[in-house]
Amino acid sequence: MHYHAPETLDDALGHLTAGNVTIVAGGTDVYPARGAAPLKRDLLDITRIGALHGITRGPGGWRIGAATTWTRIARADLPAAFAGLQAAAREVGSIQIQNAGTIAGNLCNASPAADGVPPLLTLDAQVELASIKGRRTLPLSEFLTGVRRTALQPAEMVTAILLPDPPAHATGAFDKLGSRRYLVISIAMVAVVIGRDASGHIDHARVAVGSCSPVAQRLTGLENDLIGQRPGDIRVTPAHLTPLSPIDDVRGSAGYRLDAVAEQIARAIRAAGGH
Amino acid sequence: MDRPLSTTTDFTLNGAPAHATPQPGERLSRMLRERCGAREVKVGCDAGDCGACIVLVDGAPVCACLTPAHQVAGRRVDTLKGLASDPVAERLGGSFLAHGAAQCGICTPGMMVAATALLRETPAPTEAQVLDALGGVLCRCTGYRKIIEAVMQAGAPLPAPVQGDGHSGAAIPRLDGAGKVAGTEAYGDDVAPMGTLEIMLVGAPYPRAAVTLGDIDSWHRANPGVVAVLTAADVPGRNRFGVMPGFEDQPVFAEAETRFRGEPVAAIVAPPDLAATLDLTLFPVTWTQLDAVENVTEATAPGAPLLHPDRAGNVMVTGFVACGDAETALSASDVVVEGRYATPFVEHAYIEPEAGYAYPDGDKVVVHACTQAPVLDRDGLQMVLGLGPDRIRIIPTGVGGGFGSKLDMSVQPYLAIAALKTGQPVRLAYSRVQSMQMSTKRHPSELHLRIGATSDGRLKGFSLQGRFNTGAYASWGPTVANRVPVHGSGPYFIRDYRAEAQGIHTHCPPSGAFRGFGVPQAAIAQETLFDELAEKLGIDPLEFRLINALNTGQPTVCGQVFTQGVGIRACLEALKPDWTRERAAAEAFNAENKTLKRGVGIAAGWYGCGNTSLPNPSTIKCGIRADGTVVLHQGAMDIGQGANTVITQLFATALGIPTRRIELIGPDTDLTPDAGKTSASRQTFVTGNAARLAGAALRTAILTRVNAGPEATLTLDQGRIHVSDNGRDHVIDLTELPPDSDGYVLGASETYDPPTKPLDKNGQGVPYAQFGYAAHLAVVEIDTRLGTLRPLRFTAAHDVGHAVNPALVEGQVEGGIAQGLGMALMEEYIPGRTDNLHDYLIPTIGDIPPIQTLIIEDADEHGPFGAKGLGEHALIPTAPALLNAIRHATGVAIRQTPVTPARLRAALKEAGHD
Repeated sequence: MHYHAPETLDDALGHLTAGNVTIVAGGTDVYPARGAAPLKRDLLDITRIGALHGITRGPGGWRIGAATTWTRIARADLPAAFAGLQAAAREVGSIQIQNAGTIAGNLCNASPAADGVPPLLTLDAQVELASIKGRRTLPLSEFLTGVRRTALQPAEMVTAILLPDPPAHATGAFDKLGSRRYLVISIAMVAVVIGRDASGHIDHARVAVGSCSPVAQRLTGLENDLIGQRPGDIRVTPAHLTPLSPIDDVRGSAGYRLDAVAEQIARAIRAAGGH
Repeated sequence: MDRPLSTTTDFTLNGAPAHATPQPGERLSRMLRERCGAREVKVGCDAGDCGACIVLVDGAPVCACLTPAHQVAGRRVDTLKGLASDPVAERLGGSFLAHGAAQCGICTPGMMVAATALLRETPAPTEAQVLDALGGVLCRCTGYRKIIEAVMQAGAPLPAPVQGDGHSGAAIPRLDGAGKVAGTEAYGDDVAPMGTLEIMLVGAPYPRAAVTLGDIDSWHRANPGVVAVLTAADVPGRNRFGVMPGFEDQPVFAEAETRFRGEPVAAIVAPPDLAATLDLTLFPVTWTQLDAVENVTEATAPGAPLLHPDRAGNVMVTGFVACGDAETALSASDVVVEGRYATPFVEHAYIEPEAGYAYPDGDKVVVHACTQAPVLDRDGLQMVLGLGPDRIRIIPTGVGGGFGSKLDMSVQPYLAIAALKTGQPVRLAYSRVQSMQMSTKRHPSELHLRIGATSDGRLKGFSLQGRFNTGAYASWGPTVANRVPVHGSGPYFIRDYRAEAQGIHTHCPPSGAFRGFGVPQAAIAQETLFDELAEKLGIDPLEFRLINALNTGQPTVCGQVFTQGVGIRACLEALKPDWTRERAAAEAFNAENKTLKRGVGIAAGWYGCGNTSLPNPSTIKCGIRADGTVVLHQGAMDIGQGANTVITQLFATALGIPTRRIELIGPDTDLTPDAGKTSASRQTFVTGNAARLAGAALRTAILTRVNAGPEATLTLDQGRIHVSDNGRDHVIDLTELPPDSDGYVLGASETYDPPTKPLDKNGQGVPYAQFGYAAHLAVVEIDTRLGTLRPLRFTAAHDVGHAVNPALVEGQVEGGIAQGLGMALMEEYIPGRTDNLHDYLIPTIGDIPPIQTLIIEDADEHGPFGAKGLGEHALIPTAPALLNAIRHATGVAIRQTPVTPARLRAALKEAGHD
C-alpha cells in the first residue's frame, strides 16, 4: 500500500490511470467509511495540487477548486445568491470538519444528505471532471446518479465546480432540519435562490431539497409556479413535492419529511426574500 | 511522477521538529499517539463525530482521526500540550479549572484546542461564537454551560480563589483538575507504552448466531506475526462473569451460540503495525444466523427461544412492592388517569471508549483500565482467571465518563487472559462501534400506570406494571427490576400502591446500570400522568405535587418512615417563583404567537442512595508520615463527578487540617481499601462517611497523645504537629514516632455501611438509609410546524442535605440535565443501526440552555455532615419536566421517547395543530 501526494494534476491523473487508488482530501468521509478495516487500496492525496484550491471568478461564472474546503467557501466574499451555499458550508459537520472537508468530496461521497448538493443545484452547478484523456463537464444533477453513486468514470476525478453568474439581484437561503443543533445529519434540507423584480415579485427561482430522495432534487414545477408571486404569499402543494421520494429512517418518517419540507421551503423563500 | 510518501513524515509538532513513519493511510491521531507519544490527543470515535482528537494543523482545528498522517508533512501540528506555552491557552486552562469546565476531562483537550483557535481570532467571543466554535466537540459530563462560561471568561480575571481551608461546604476547584486541563491525565488507552501488543476481538455479526470456529491453527500459521489467538478454551477459570452474585451468566468468549450482536468469540494478539493491517473478515469462523427475540413482546411470546434455559419465559427477575390495596383505592378514586409508555435503549456515550493495559508482574497480573468499580473487577477476574485476589491487581486509569456502564467488566478479562497467556504486556481499546455494541445500556421499558386521586387532590391508588428489556445477560438488570417498584411512586405519600417490574432477556446487548437504574423511565410515566391528573382535578401541577409530597413521618411505599431529611417539599417550594413567572410569560407569549408555542413543565424525583437493602460498605485508610505529610488512601473512583475532591474535603474537615494539605493515594486494589463502586449515588454518602470517620479517628489519635480537647486546632509543618487547645500549645514530633509498615507514624482506617433492612415479599422494609430529592422546571419553545423543540432554560432544585462542594453540585446537576434532555428528545440506541455517534445523537453544546441550580440543604442524619447523594437525582426529573412542558405548550401528551421532531410533529397534527 502506498500514499501518494502529487503536486500536479497530471501526476494525480497518472496515479488514477495506474489504478487501484482511493482519492483522499479532507478525509472526513474516507475515514469514517473505512472504520477499523485495514487499507485495501493506495491513497491519492490531492490536497497538495495548487490548481484544485480556491474560488475564482472568470468570464461568465465562478470556479471552485475541487479541494476547496467548506471553511474557505463560508468565508469567501461571494454574491448574495451564494448565501445558501455559504450557510450550508457552515452546517457541514462542525468547524473542524469544515476546515478539512472539501466541496468535491461532498459531491463524490454522494450521500442523499450531503449538505452541499441542494445549494449547488440552486446555483446551476456544473462538475468539471478530468482524466488523462481530457476534461468534460456535467450538470451536477447528472453527475449524481444515486445513493453513493456518481457518473465518475474509472481514472477520472473532479477538478472543479463551475457556477454560472447568477442573476445580479438573486439571493439565496438554506434551511437545515436536524434533531440537534450541531453536527447533525439532516432530516431534510432546502436551498433556494430567488430574484425579485422591482415590484417585489419573484422573477427567478431555484428550489432544491436534500435528504428526501436518493439524490437531492430541484423542484422545477414549484420554481415555475413561484414566478410572479411574492415570497410571503407562496403555497407549496403536494404536487410540487412529487420529485421527492423520502424514506423512513432513524431520523424521521417519510411523511414527516414531506410535511416539514413544505414548511422549510416557504421559510427559505421568505428568508431569501428578506423576511 | 512523485515518489510515494510511504516513508518518513517530517513536520513540526508543538513547535519542535518531529518525524515519524506512519503506515499508508494511518490516521494522524494514531501517529501522534503511537509514534510521537502525544497521548493528550484523545480518540473517541474515529469518525469526526466527537471532536476529542482535535489538533491544530497550521493553526486550524481539525479532527486528527480524519486527517491522513502523511498530510501533515511540512506542516505545523499543535496539541493541547504544545499549547501550554500559548498565553491564550494558558488563561483558558485556568478558566476551565476555575469554572469547573472539566469533569471527567476526556473532552477537555479537544475542547480547549478548539477554543484556543477561536480565542486567537476572537479574544472576547459572544455565546453564539463559542457555540459555533465548539459545536463539534461532544461532552457527556458537564452539560456544557460551564465550558461556555470558561471560554467566554477566558480573557477576564479569574474568579477569586475560595478562601479558607477548603473544608466541606467550600466550592473549591476539583483537586485533580490540573492534569485534565493540561492533557496529562492518563485514561484507559493512555497508559500502555507505544508498541505494546494489541488485542483485537472477533464479534458476532447477528443478534443471535450459531458459531463454529474453523482451523485457527492454519490461520495462525498464515499470519506468523500474530502472537496469540484466544478463544473460550483459553479461559483459565470459568468462562463466565457478571456483577451480581448468582447472576454471573456472561461468557468472556461465547461458545456454540452468540446472544447479541458484537459478542466476542475470539481475540487476536498482535504487534500494532500488524494489527492495523490484519483483515479480521478472513478469520476462520462460521456464523449461522438464528431466529432472535429483540424486544420483550417477542421474548415473552409462546415458543420464544430461551436465552438462558433456567429462566422460564425469558424472565430474569421480577421486582415487587405493594402497600395497602391499590385496586380498591383506584376504584374509590374520583379521578383516574392511565398511560402506557415506551422508552428505548439509551447509550451511555461517554467520550472514552473502554480501554486498558495489562501485564504479568511476578505471580500477579496487573490490569490498568477505566472502571467505576476496581474491586468488582478484581472479583470478576478471580472467577475468570481462577486466581485468588492476591494474584490480581487493579490499577484504575483516569475514567473518561462512566454513568453506570463502567461498573461492568469490558476489556478487563481479555487483557488479563492475554497478558497471562502471552506473558507480555497487552492493550485493548474498543472502537466506538464496539463500545456501543458491547457495553451495557439503559433498559428499554414498557410501562403501564394507573393513578387515582380524590377530588381534594390527594393521591388515592397507584398501580405500575413494567417490563424492561434486560438484553442477553444479567448485568445490573436485577437491580433495575428491584429499584423501579421502590421508586415508582416518586417522592409522594401514597397509601395504596402496587408496582411490579420484570427484567426480560432478549438478543440485545446487556442492559445494565445507567444513572438512575430504571427510575428515570418510571419517572417519565408517573410525573407526566401527575400533570394529567392535576388538570382533571383543576389543580395547578405544582400545587398538586405539594399536596401529595412526602412529609417526614409519613411512610414511603416501602413502609419506611423518615423522621428527618425529606426535602421534596422544599425543592418544590423553591421552584414556585420561577413557576409562577414562567407560566405567565409562556401564556402571554402563546397569545401572541401562532407557530411558536412555549411551555413550562415541572417534575420531581427521588433516589435512594446506596445498594437496595444490601450491605454496601466503604473503607477509607489514612496516615501521617514522619515528615508530616497526611495521606488519604482514596479508593472511591472519580469518574468526573468529583469523588477525589469531595472525599478529601470530608476527610480534611473531620481531621481539621486544610484540604490542600492532603496527599491522595490510589485507587489501586493493592494500596486502597475497598471503597465500593461508584454507583447508586453512594460515594459522597457512604465513602464520604468512611472518610469522615477516618479523619475523626486520626484526629482523636493526635489529640489523645497530648490530652487535648476536641476543639483543639491542628497545624502541620515539617515533621511536627502543633496542637493548640484553648490557649495551651503542644507539639508532637512525628520523627520520634515509629512508622508502621506503610510508613505512617499515625494512622486510621474506618468503614461505613449504611443502615438498611431487607425488604419482605411485598417490598416492605428499609431499602435505603437516605434518599435525595429533586425537582426540575423546564421552559421550552416548540415550532409546531416542524415539531422541533428548543429548550429555553431549566431551574433545578436539589436537596443534597449538605453541599460538600457547591461547584461540583452544580456540575452534577447540569450534566444530569443534559443527559435527561438527550434521553427525552434525541437518544435511541438501535442495535446494529445506531452504533456510532452520528446516528446516535447526544446533545451538543448548542442544545443545552442556561441552567439555574437551587441547592436545598435539608440535612440527613446519616450523611457526612448531613450530605446526601446526588449523581442520579440530577437526571431523573429532567425528561418528565420537558414532556410536561411540551404538554403545557401544545396540549400534546407524549407516551414515547425520544420526542424527535418527527414524533412531535405527528402528535401535534393528531392533536389538530396546523
